[in-house]
Amino acid sequence: MNFIPPDFAPASSEIFMLIMVCVVMLADLTAGENRRYVAYLLTQVTLLGCALLTFLSFSTETSQTFSGMFVDDAMADILKLMVYGTVSAVLIYSHAYISDRGMLRGEFFSLVLFATLGMMVMISASHFLTLYIGLELLSLSLYALVALRRDSVVATEAAMKFFVLGALASGFLLYGMSMVYGATGTLHVSQLAQIIQSEASSREVLVVGLVFIVAGIGFKLSAVPFHMWAPDVYQGAPTAVTLFIGSAPKLAAFGFVMRLLVEGMGEMVADWQGMLVILAVMSMAVGNLAAIAQTNIKRMLAYSTISHMGFLLLGFISADSNGYSSALFYVIAYVLMTLGTFAVIMLLCRNGFEAENINDFKGLSKRNSWYAFITLLLMFSLAGIPPMIGFYAKLAVLQAVVNAGYIWLAVAAVLFSLIGAFYYLRIIKLMYFDEPETDEPILPNSDVRILLSANGFAVLALGIFPQALMGLSLYAIQNSM
Amino acid sequence: MSFEFPLLSLIIWLPIVFGVAVFATGSDHNAQIARWIALAGSALGLLVAIPLYTGFDSATSAMQFVENYVWFERFNVNYHVGVDGISMPLILLNCFITPLVVVAGWEVIKQRVSQYMGAFLVMSGIVNGVFSSLDAMLFYVFWEASLIPMFLIIGIWGGPNRVYAAIKFFLYTLLGSLLMLIAFIYLYQTSGGSFSIQDYHQLEIPLTPQILIFIAFLLAFAVKVPMWPVHTWLPDAHVEAPTGGSVVLAAILLKLGGYGFLRFSLPIVPDASNYLAGMMIALSLIAVVYIGLIALMQADMKKLIAYSSVAHMGFVTLGFFLFNAYGVEGAMVQMISHGFISGAMFLCVGVLYDRLHSRQIADYGGVVNKMPVFAAFFMLFAMANAGLPGTSGFVGEFMVIMGSMKINFWYAFLAATTLIFGAAYTLWMYKRVIFGAVASPAVEGLEDISKREFVLLAILAIAVLWLGVYPYPLTEVMHTTIDHLLIHVSSSKL
Repeated sequence: MNFIPPDFAPASSEIFMLIMVCVVMLADLTAGENRRYVAYLLTQVTLLGCALLTFLSFSTETSQTFSGMFVDDAMADILKLMVYGTVSAVLIYSHAYISDRGMLRGEFFSLVLFATLGMMVMISASHFLTLYIGLELLSLSLYALVALRRDSVVATEAAMKFFVLGALASGFLLYGMSMVYGATGTLHVSQLAQIIQSEASSREVLVVGLVFIVAGIGFKLSAVPFHMWAPDVYQGAPTAVTLFIGSAPKLAAFGFVMRLLVEGMGEMVADWQGMLVILAVMSMAVGNLAAIAQTNIKRMLAYSTISHMGFLLLGFISADSNGYSSALFYVIAYVLMTLGTFAVIMLLCRNGFEAENINDFKGLSKRNSWYAFITLLLMFSLAGIPPMIGFYAKLAVLQAVVNAGYIWLAVAAVLFSLIGAFYYLRIIKLMYFDEPETDEPILPNSDVRILLSANGFAVLALGIFPQALMGLSLYAIQNSM
Repeated sequence: MSFEFPLLSLIIWLPIVFGVAVFATGSDHNAQIARWIALAGSALGLLVAIPLYTGFDSATSAMQFVENYVWFERFNVNYHVGVDGISMPLILLNCFITPLVVVAGWEVIKQRVSQYMGAFLVMSGIVNGVFSSLDAMLFYVFWEASLIPMFLIIGIWGGPNRVYAAIKFFLYTLLGSLLMLIAFIYLYQTSGGSFSIQDYHQLEIPLTPQILIFIAFLLAFAVKVPMWPVHTWLPDAHVEAPTGGSVVLAAILLKLGGYGFLRFSLPIVPDASNYLAGMMIALSLIAVVYIGLIALMQADMKKLIAYSSVAHMGFVTLGFFLFNAYGVEGAMVQMISHGFISGAMFLCVGVLYDRLHSRQIADYGGVVNKMPVFAAFFMLFAMANAGLPGTSGFVGEFMVIMGSMKINFWYAFLAATTLIFGAAYTLWMYKRVIFGAVASPAVEGLEDISKREFVLLAILAIAVLWLGVYPYPLTEVMHTTIDHLLIHVSSSKL
């Protein structure tokens, strides 16, 4: 019997990542208590190495391997590069925070890397099983990360909630996938599209399966009405973990939706379009309205995330490369803004003090005018005010929505974002119009200082010159469809 | 193509660059440096704007000083700027007001000086950008961006209720502009992928979408103007804003709304404009008459001037929707004149407020005994606000009344009531504040205006009188453009 080994080249960065996760774990075991930074540095090196591998193997051609279960195309490469960058930034931002709280251990880094590997698999999967494996790898790592502070009651509670609801969502997803398998007899994304197109399958079963799949996606994206876990997890998890949950996985989720709905079930667009409209409108409504009532900044940002995910889903509704690229642009812009916002929150935390209340932003402009200014840019960007990048993200999505003929949806979207503007303005009000409650100085390390400044600057500069990122999003989508 | 000096870009970006430089001076230790950089920046901004007038060809209605570069290709958005007879005077007004605002805040603002001065300079550049954009997306970006500095100015340096006023100002204006954004995106689709305003002028649109677009524009511009019944943010914002903020708000930001009608509503959706003209005229007349009556009852000087601004801007929108040369030109003159007069009125109130820290009319009385020079200036501006012939306030109002007389006697009749109400509320306030016996020991201790204040008020007084006696230099530059606009509006696009 001949055994032909699969082509490992398209998955080289995943393989490298897997090896390095083990290296990080072992290195941390042997490094001892005083050399915790070894794991940190190795993690950054791993991400850099992956980035190099992905970058060097970049090509516009789509290559498949592992009997078509794994695909490497332009969108996958671009998304992965974004994921590496985001994870790396997350680690730089949270380094001081986790070392203050005794979380600077090998487990943290290996869990983060495992989660990253999960995202990479999700992005590159072209088979329902690979998609599911990637998703579970990501989710299980995240559950563990949330619970990393064993002594914290809120964190444990959040982890439990996250786990139970996440498992439920995975169940939904699997059930939906099994329905689709029953109707079509395949789990390959590309074959699935062909079979659906040829109408050789039972439509009813497919639609039922689709409903469950969309519900599963709704959970993962924290879209209303599957959003319940998000506020509790955001609030309960250590801020560094919240930052991680709120940033890179959204990129992976975008890839996940693209693979499942667009590439796999693109022929059923008429069916999932309506479902996404409902999810999007409800997410924008509930997210924006509930955020107004929050006094906990992390909870507020959780609701803000929900509303942004609603906006993101709007990009998929037009069901063409214009719409998908606008959604990709939106998710990149969103990740950039989230990174900066949570980085500022972690700056406000100091020696055991957790900045959780929005009042902790009071008088920030007097304590440190530069970080207040960066937060100002981030908040206006989240609210979608030009010339910040958040505006162009909204513009791109709205343009796609109007293009698809849903003008009422665009009107609803802007009205909800008007409501959303209020709670972002409230943060600016606290920073600029109020007096500080403490005058303790804000002293970040120089790497955080540089990165956060660059992050804030990027929000403005990519807004003034949005072409590069918009072009990249369009390029990624057009070369993978 | 020959190389042309990018004058408009200079006018837009020079104040912004100086504004950033002012921000960079940082803390209040360098307050004096910040002030001087701000003054230099605003004065240079005015200087570079002068060639805009001298080099302007008033014989053509085409756009001049045009610059057109690709901004981002993805949505075919261009950095496309240019001016015509409508936008040029407004840019000059803005460049003229900015140095005055800087000087007005010179000694008064003691906290976070660099942020205050920087915000005004940045806003000046942004507003120039709004007036000169020929690309809808560029326009929108400048339009929304102008909210940010004003929000901070009201919120940081404003009065006791400043937070409420700042957030109300921001959300109110944002509501209007977001719907305008949808209208732009719709036009982008209909025009086959263009954000060029001049393309929109040629676009044929059926009546129903025209009406919807008109309403989207109306919300954006009506909030800015502000028209009755969406004017309620203005008194709050004015009362709470620092003097400089009130001046810029009244003199410049309100004009953005008026400009929007001329650049967008009338030429892009002329049929809807004609169709809904009756409603617009009614709203304008309500503003003139009803808001005039409200102004009469105000106990707070800033609130009174704010309401009088709403009434005067009612004249502007009335003039636009008469669709004749008198009306539109009168409205334009009224906008410029209102820029001078309302700015001056707010400066006068600011002079009093800096001394007594009260805006209540009841706290004053007999000021003329202590501040005779100030009283003389205040008299002139009060008269101009009431529309006295010989001041700029008269020219615009008279032209609009003439224009409405051509359409309907009752329009003219109702509009003309402003001459009575305006005189009533302004002069009555003037009498209670300035004349009579010295009201309190605080008034007894007042000192007359300083040299700095004298210069400010004198410059504005000259402007008011000049425009009142000899408005020709202003009407001349806008004449061709407005004629062309009126021809365009009268031809159907259905």
